[in-house]
Parts: sequence; structure tokens; C-alpha cells
Amino acid sequence: MLDPVVLFFLLGVTAGVLKSELRLPVQVYELLSILLLLAIGMKGGIELARQPFFELVPQMLAVIALGFVLPFLVYPILMGPGRMPRADAASIAAHYGSVSVGTFAVVVAYLAARDIAYEAYMPLFVVLLEVPAILVGIAMAKGLRGTTGWKASTHEVLLGKSIVLLVGGLLIGWLVGEEGIKPLEPLFFHPFQGLLALFLLEMGLVTASHLGSLRRYGLFLLAFGVVTPIVFATIGVVLGWLLGLSMGGAVVLATLAASASYIAVPAAMRISVPEANPALSLAASLGVTFPFNVILGIPLYHALSEQFYRYTGAS
Amino acid sequence: MHRHRRRLLTIVTESAIESRLTKDLDRWGAHGYTITDARGKGARGIREGNWEGNRNIRIEVVCDEDTARHIADHLREDYYDHYAMILYHSDVEIMRPEKF
Repeated sequence: MLDPVVLFFLLGVTAGVLKSELRLPVQVYELLSILLLLAIGMKGGIELARQPFFELVPQMLAVIALGFVLPFLVYPILMGPGRMPRADAASIAAHYGSVSVGTFAVVVAYLAARDIAYEAYMPLFVVLLEVPAILVGIAMAKGLRGTTGWKASTHEVLLGKSIVLLVGGLLIGWLVGEEGIKPLEPLFFHPFQGLLALFLLEMGLVTASHLGSLRRYGLFLLAFGVVTPIVFATIGVVLGWLLGLSMGGAVVLATLAASASYIAVPAAMRISVPEANPALSLAASLGVTFPFNVILGIPLYHALSEQFYRYTGAS
Repeated sequence: MHRHRRRLLTIVTESAIESRLTKDLDRWGAHGYTITDARGKGARGIREGNWEGNRNIRIEVVCDEDTARHIADHLREDYYDHYAMILYHSDVEIMRPEKF
């Protein structure tokens, strides 16, 4: 089954590659991303209100640990076979350890279209996974003693748009609950798929503009951008299973692990690790991994999770 | 009306460093600045400004000769190596010297 939102993404990529005049106004893109972030946050918050919070603490700690560990798995590969300078290796490691909210929105839409249940509080995990990898990346580039940039960068990340809106949405959803949020549904929840389709159209155009720089960096980056998400997704499925998540929940966690940041981390790296080349990390995360996840990755992680859960006898 | 000569510094750079740069400008003695969004092409490729990752800004500072030189020296030292940035100066005339 082809998802319409994926087709919108492909339309954007095609239009971009063909150098079409098509462009979403900046303010429209801003509004779309604000609506999506708030909608995702509030959805998670509503579900959090139903959960005894303390029961989630072990899962939360495990997800934070995942965020710290993932960058270490790719850093040696980028330094060794990738022959990258330390700053670039650290920056790319941070991109891949962190998450992309856009990819999260796509997996949520994917599961909803197939009536597959997942733990609806998982937007919380998006927040938890966003930050640790950035700290690891800065430490990799600068060493632990180099304190310059820590403060600015922590501020940049914690008060960046995505964290503020996701956490804000989570809190609002958590405080007012499902009944209270009802009046907002026509703006935030009913048009979610349509907003996502437009957002992905624009992301397709942006992706197309990064395909050019990919040609310059060659095969290693292409292979890295495809293999890394598959390996990370496998870790995500196993971790999801260990944490007792549902099969759908494991697909979401796998997708989160597989996704690479293209907004929060690049901004933080520009400030804290300026010697890293932003074109390189964006070519990988936006030019390869994002389209891979959206088009092929998510169905693959779904199949992976299904097989694994069947094999282990979990539901 | 009497006119006074000042320097106009124009900086075109990445929006990612806006808050850090404006803090530095304050520290280096600028009394104020004007920021606008910018698009264009340079040594680091086309920056279309179509999404948050590749936006550019143009910062204009009007100040006296010494401050202008001070700012330019610092920018060269702290920013030129790693950021997409250009800087140019020009002479301008202003009417209220106490503001600049």
C-alpha cells in the first residue's frame, strides 16, 4: 500500500530535481512545522495523563541511554573507513544519534493508516532522544575539558523550537486530557495527514537541493546513510522488545533510532563545532537517510519488528 | 544641518549564528544594528533561505572608524575560518552623532 504522504515527498523531490519553480513560502513551512510539533506533543501528553508516570521511568532512562550510546557506534566508522576529520565525524555521529521529528510524524501516519497500535506517549521519547547525542557529539569534537560552547549550545537545543513546542504540547495535553483538548481537534488533529503531506512536499524540495552535494562526497556517505539506519533500527526493535513495548511501539522506537536530525543538531553544531562541515552532515542525514527512512525504511522496520515479535512469541 | 561621517559595516552570514554574533557586536562596541533576511550565492554555494537550515542574514552596523576596525578585526579572527561570512565597509553621513 502506497502512502499518499510519501507520494507528496516524492513529488517534492522530483520537482526539486527538475528545477521547478515550486516553493512553499517560508512562513507556511514555519506554520506547518509548528502545527505538527504541537499536535505530536499534545497527542503524547493526552496519553501520558492516562499513564502512571513512574512506571515509565525505566523506559525513559533506557531511551536516554540509547541516545548516548548511538553516536559511539558510528564515530569509529566515520573516523576509520570514512577517513573524516574528527570534527566532521563527531558532528555526523551527533546527527545520527539524535532524531528527526519529521520521520516520527511519518511513522505515526504509517501505523495509523494500517490500524497498528503503539504506545501513544512516545512523543516523550522524541524529546528524550533529541539532546543526549548533541552533548556526546560536542564532547567527541572538543573533549570534555573544552567548555566553550557548552552553555550556548545547551541553550540553543533546550530552547530551540522543536523542544519548546514538543514539551509545551506534552504538558498542555497532559494537563487538559482528552476531553479538554477536544475544541482544538479541528485545527491540530483532523488535518494532521494533510499538514504532513504539505510538510513532506517542502522536505522533498529541500532534500533535492542536498542531492547535489551528495555527489561531491561520494559512495561512502551514501552507504553510511543507508546502513546506519538499518543497524540502528534493529537495535531499536530489540530495545523496544526488552522494554515490553507493543510491536507497533517497537516500530516507532526503531524509526526513532534510525532517524537522523536535520534541524536541531545542525544548528547546535554550527555554534559549538563550527569547524565541522555542515554540507557533509546534511548531505547524509537529509540527502540519504531521511528519504530512505520515509520511502523504504519504515516499511522495512515494520517487517523487521513483525518478524522479531513473531519469532520471540511476543504480541 | 551639520552632517557627521561614520562607517557602515555590512555583514552577510548564516542565520544560525545570529544570537552569538549580536552578543559579540554589543561587546565590541556597536551601539545598535539592523538585521534583515537575505538570500544569494557565494563561495559556499547558493543559500536560498527556503528553510531553517540554510537561511542567511544581513547585519548593518553604523559606527565610528575605530569601532568599525575593531569589529572587523574580531570577525576575521573569530568567524572567517568556519562560517559563511562576508563583510564590507562604506562611508555614510548621519545627523545625530550621539546615536552612533
